[in-house]
Amino acid sequence: MTTPFYVPPEQLVKDRADFAKKGVSRGRPIVVMVLDVGILLIGENSSPSLRKIGEVYDRIAFAGVGRFNEFEILRVAGIRFADLKGYSYSRGDVTGKGLANAYSQTLGQIFSHEVKPYEVDILVAELGTDIASDKLFRVQFDGTLRDAQSFAVLGAGEESISETLRETLRSDMSVTEAAQLAITTITEAEGHDIDASAWETGFLDRSMTRRTFTRLTADQLGLTADS
Amino acid sequence: MNSHNLGTGPLRLGETAEGSSFTSVLENRGIAPSWRVEGVSTEGIPEATTILAITWADGVLMAGDRRATAGNIIAHRRVRKVYPADEYSAVAISGTAGMAVEMIKLFQTELEHYEKIEGVRLSLEGKANYLARMVRANLTLAFQGLVVVPLFCGFDETDSTGHLYSFDVVGGRYDELSYATTGSGGSEARSFLKAAWQPNIDRNTALSIAVEALVSAAEEDSATGGPDLRRKIYPNILTVTADGVSEVSDEELSEVSARVLEGRP
Repeated sequence: MTTPFYVPPEQLVKDRADFAKKGVSRGRPIVVMVLDVGILLIGENSSPSLRKIGEVYDRIAFAGVGRFNEFEILRVAGIRFADLKGYSYSRGDVTGKGLANAYSQTLGQIFSHEVKPYEVDILVAELGTDIASDKLFRVQFDGTLRDAQSFAVLGAGEESISETLRETLRSDMSVTEAAQLAITTITEAEGHDIDASAWETGFLDRSMTRRTFTRLTADQLGLTADS
Repeated sequence: MNSHNLGTGPLRLGETAEGSSFTSVLENRGIAPSWRVEGVSTEGIPEATTILAITWADGVLMAGDRRATAGNIIAHRRVRKVYPADEYSAVAISGTAGMAVEMIKLFQTELEHYEKIEGVRLSLEGKANYLARMVRANLTLAFQGLVVVPLFCGFDETDSTGHLYSFDVVGGRYDELSYATTGSGGSEARSFLKAAWQPNIDRNTALSIAVEALVSAAEEDSATGGPDLRRKIYPNILTVTADGVSEVSDEELSEVSARVLEGRP
């Protein structure tokens, strides 16, 4: 008969966290910026069909880095959560905070109870009526919920990209200016050229009513087709 | 019904709901809208009446009067029967008003839900077929007197033309090339359109004949309300073109209505 080893809980949590962190840190970075004109989400994604950035509700967007199948499960569950709430009550009752809390509970539960934690880092962006009421919620693999002001960076190179953005990002930038800033900063952090077609975007447009989520065209991105 | 079912509480991951269908999420949780009743008396339940849709040069147009009746009583004067279904389609309903409004709300949510999960919109035909399925699901109640019959129209992004679809109570779906009407004043409106409609009419003509068809229905059918200039009640009209769905403003409709009423014998 084999004697089960005793593993102290501190060690167990640390092992799991290290495992998940390793998975997340491999993910290509996504930058989320709060601007006067809306909230811009942009990241490198060479796949045109497997999205990392998506619409959740009228004024709420989702971004995820890490394992695709895992944050995709979260994205779909989030859309169901939001649509169900909006259908049962009213569209105005669907909030980013409610969704971020649900994500936080879910990921926390998975981290401590499942065989393997999710290797993801996700973000919920909510467009307010003005820039002061915009909200960014980060939810980590262990369910840790934090909010961010003015910008957020997910995935590889988080530190260095954040440092650059802290000094260069201004909220009065146009979408194109902000996108250009994100593109140069990410390219620099990655240390290699990134194809013009490999940028995935999402934009919560403050000038729109009801569903505000759009994707930027190559023109708006400041990238012409042949560049 | 616990709060868990209504979109609060933790997420349900990998819920066994069918693909990207919102209705199957509702069914999974036992909260899909349903009206299970035996031997219904339809007396006193408001009904929505005349709606119509016509094709015109740039796309399609959908119009509905504003009256809901319960028996011989006018239940509501400002009911909305024509709604955008998504960015490129519109839906209108006649029949039992309460059920119809719920059906539209579910239909809208379903289209949006699919679009968000799949990343692409359903094809126009896909939307029409889905709506047919929703009507069919209501068949038992239809035979008990709680009938809901929609009209659906939209702009097809693949062939860049407007299409319209009519339905019957058993969920039959029919493509219409010119115009379609339904509701208690529908046959009167159809007779008018048969004489007035022509292919490729411009927007102004399309608006005029849509309003006049409703006026003509209101003159013969007590359950249909014509434009009421004194109370400022005008029909609801949506146009669907390559630029998407847009609502015709009350200012424009007041002019059209006044002109149409002036010209009536």
